[in-house]
Amino acid sequence: MILSLALVALVAVPLLAALLAVVVPRRGALIALLGVAGIATALVVLVPALVRQGVLSLSIGGWNAPLGITLRLDGLGLAFLSMVATVMAAVLVSARPQFAARAGSGETRSQWAFWPLALLLWSALNVAFLSRDLFNLYVALELLTVAAVALVAIEGKAGSLAAGLRYMMFALAGSLAYLLGVALLYAGHGTLDLTLLAAQGIGSGRSGGTAAADLIAAGLITAGLAVKTALFPFHAWLPPAHSGAPAPASAMLSALVPKASFLILIRLWFEALPELASPVLLTLLGALGAAAVLFGSVLALRQSRLKLIVAYSTVAQIGYLFLVFPLAGGDSFAQPWAAGAWTGAVFQALSHGLAKAAMFLCAGVWIIAVGHDRLDGMRGLATATPMTAFAFALAAVSLVGLPPSGGFTAKYLMLTSAFASGQVVWGAVLVVGGLLSAAYLYRPLALAFAKADTPTFAPVSRRLQLVPLLLALAAITLGLASQTPFSLIQIGRPASAVEGLE
Amino acid sequence: MTGISALGFDLILAALILGAGLFAITVRDLFGAVVFFIVYGVFVAIAWLRLGAIDVALTEAALGAGLTGVLLIGAVARLSRVTTPAGNNTSDEMRRPPAGARLASMVVAGSISGVLGWAFLSLPDSTGLRDAVADNLAVSGSANPVTAVLINFRGWDTLLESVVLLAALVGLWSLARDRDWGRRAGLRQHARPGGVMATFGRLLPPFGLLLGVYLVWAGSSYPGGAFQGGTVLAAVWLLIMMAGLMPVPRMVSVGLRAVLVAGPLVFLGIGIAGAMAGTFLGLPPTYAKPLILTIEAALTLSIAATLALLVLGTPDPSP
Repeated sequence: MILSLALVALVAVPLLAALLAVVVPRRGALIALLGVAGIATALVVLVPALVRQGVLSLSIGGWNAPLGITLRLDGLGLAFLSMVATVMAAVLVSARPQFAARAGSGETRSQWAFWPLALLLWSALNVAFLSRDLFNLYVALELLTVAAVALVAIEGKAGSLAAGLRYMMFALAGSLAYLLGVALLYAGHGTLDLTLLAAQGIGSGRSGGTAAADLIAAGLITAGLAVKTALFPFHAWLPPAHSGAPAPASAMLSALVPKASFLILIRLWFEALPELASPVLLTLLGALGAAAVLFGSVLALRQSRLKLIVAYSTVAQIGYLFLVFPLAGGDSFAQPWAAGAWTGAVFQALSHGLAKAAMFLCAGVWIIAVGHDRLDGMRGLATATPMTAFAFALAAVSLVGLPPSGGFTAKYLMLTSAFASGQVVWGAVLVVGGLLSAAYLYRPLALAFAKADTPTFAPVSRRLQLVPLLLALAAITLGLASQTPFSLIQIGRPASAVEGLE
Repeated sequence: MTGISALGFDLILAALILGAGLFAITVRDLFGAVVFFIVYGVFVAIAWLRLGAIDVALTEAALGAGLTGVLLIGAVARLSRVTTPAGNNTSDEMRRPPAGARLASMVVAGSISGVLGWAFLSLPDSTGLRDAVADNLAVSGSANPVTAVLINFRGWDTLLESVVLLAALVGLWSLARDRDWGRRAGLRQHARPGGVMATFGRLLPPFGLLLGVYLVWAGSSYPGGAFQGGTVLAAVWLLIMMAGLMPVPRMVSVGLRAVLVAGPLVFLGIGIAGAMAGTFLGLPPTYAKPLILTIEAALTLSIAATLALLVLGTPDPSP
């Protein structure tokens, strides 16, 4: 009883808070904090329950799939939910100076709009991590897109409006492809539920004469989700959109939003349709990921604005996630190295979320201090804002993949499985990508720590500086204490591909 | 209609749909493209009727052709007030894209259509979940299977969709200019007292109200429902405001915002109450019918207000 209420709270609390924040003027910040408290309580209840009794399921309305929609909490989902809750708490606290209503003044446009949009984005993410129904996931992705596009454009500048519009075009094209694929799958198999689809053994030859339609459906869904995840070559919308938004919004957009569509891809290929995954398709996804790592890193090296460097770094870091497909997908899922690659990719998604949010919040602090985010103005910032410089450096340690960070655990796991499986090419991508990210993150760090002649920076409050430091420390802790999240993620880990080898 | 005449009708309808679609994407004049898009929507609605999907037909006519058409006309009207730096009016003529881009989009669209057609033909005949819906209809609280799916079996989808609609309006309002915050939404309305607009504004609303409420009420047993009824009510409200008979609300009005969230809030509230009683969004068979009507009524109110405000848009940019 208490567990199902906590499970419902994960989706109902942010929705309820968003609705309240629409109605009540000038209280958005307070309502958001109540939302954080609600989600935190639900997670505290659910983590020990998951460890004790395994996967939790809930049929909404009492209707079992295929008629109804199922919410299912597994270790993978819980890890993403916890990472998102951590980042959202940090973002909502950091957003207060800019978006909380000032005493004695009336409501303004962005001070009203920010809170419901952020809370709707959170609701959509939580639904995406819990729902087992492909159409319900589509609705979650639509909610995510609408809220994210509005957050890109919330400053109302011409540049961010254009970036938001471009993002919306890409995202809607992705939605359309995804929806077409889902409709085809439903027509062929009469269910939208991931667990029931998996039970049909699609692609194994025992699922009837729908092989062509299945492949097309899976291709359309994958293409749509790849656009929404900003996988190379569909990444063009990401850097202007993520760098043009205010820092708290950028942190949500870059650290969290791509993770929803990525998690659905993981669930699709590892849980619902593992036997449909042909080596060609898996290699293609891996190759696009590798191209994203190299291309995003090289472009990050060539930027002269901090937020653009951090945004292009997201293009590169998303690339690593797709190496999971050739390393652990299809037939290789039954191999001993697959578990490492799969867990490594999940660690990469989690630690990137924490570190990237920390970096964008650091950029926000420095924009307050300097007035802009061009690299040439960063000289001497480490003396003025030592806490922020330290936070940025720690986040960089995790993104580069140096021990003892979450990023290190991720890349270590993926690298060992690349060599164990003899797929050395993917290992080389991991190594080269790590070197390149060290190079593009060294530039802003070196400037921040350089001596300045006459540094005149605006003061920044300590609380605003402390938040990114805590996030960066969380990214490091993910590596230092990796055993707990490691075993948590394994709860309910898909094993369907193993059955396929019988 | 049977046999050869039905086939002839369907073939002509298919040709009209394709023709209207083709014109909508080839006409270079923006307003003309929107008109063909609306015509296309009407033909598609008729096609849904021919397929026996009356609920989808109503939705397509109300939202696909009607509301989307009005939104697009509004966008064209606003664009015509904007001029490019070169002094050209943006809405008169769309720039012809380069031949390469046109060829590329033709190839992409053509191959997607081909692949989809191939996938469709390779699929076995399937009734989907029709039997499962029919088996549980008796305890769903609605005699209309579409309503049973939308509010009961898959109410979670519908709840989230009503939230998406709200999110779209929040997003739209967030595009207003800072100094316009607190002003009345939309372009300023000019209606001559005693003119055609004012007369229609008094004449049509009673019928529109009746139709809108009927569509919602009938939705529990026959085709209809919150989205279709809400669209009609939105049109009624817009007409009254355009006729100058009622003031356009301000975006900061707490009462207005309460109407906007009423639907999702009531739906979610019933869902959470269900969770306390054991089933999230569960509608016990004994109370299912009144609960569905309550949810539909609240949703209709919010959908009508949200759609009307989406059409009105942000405050008039001219001072």
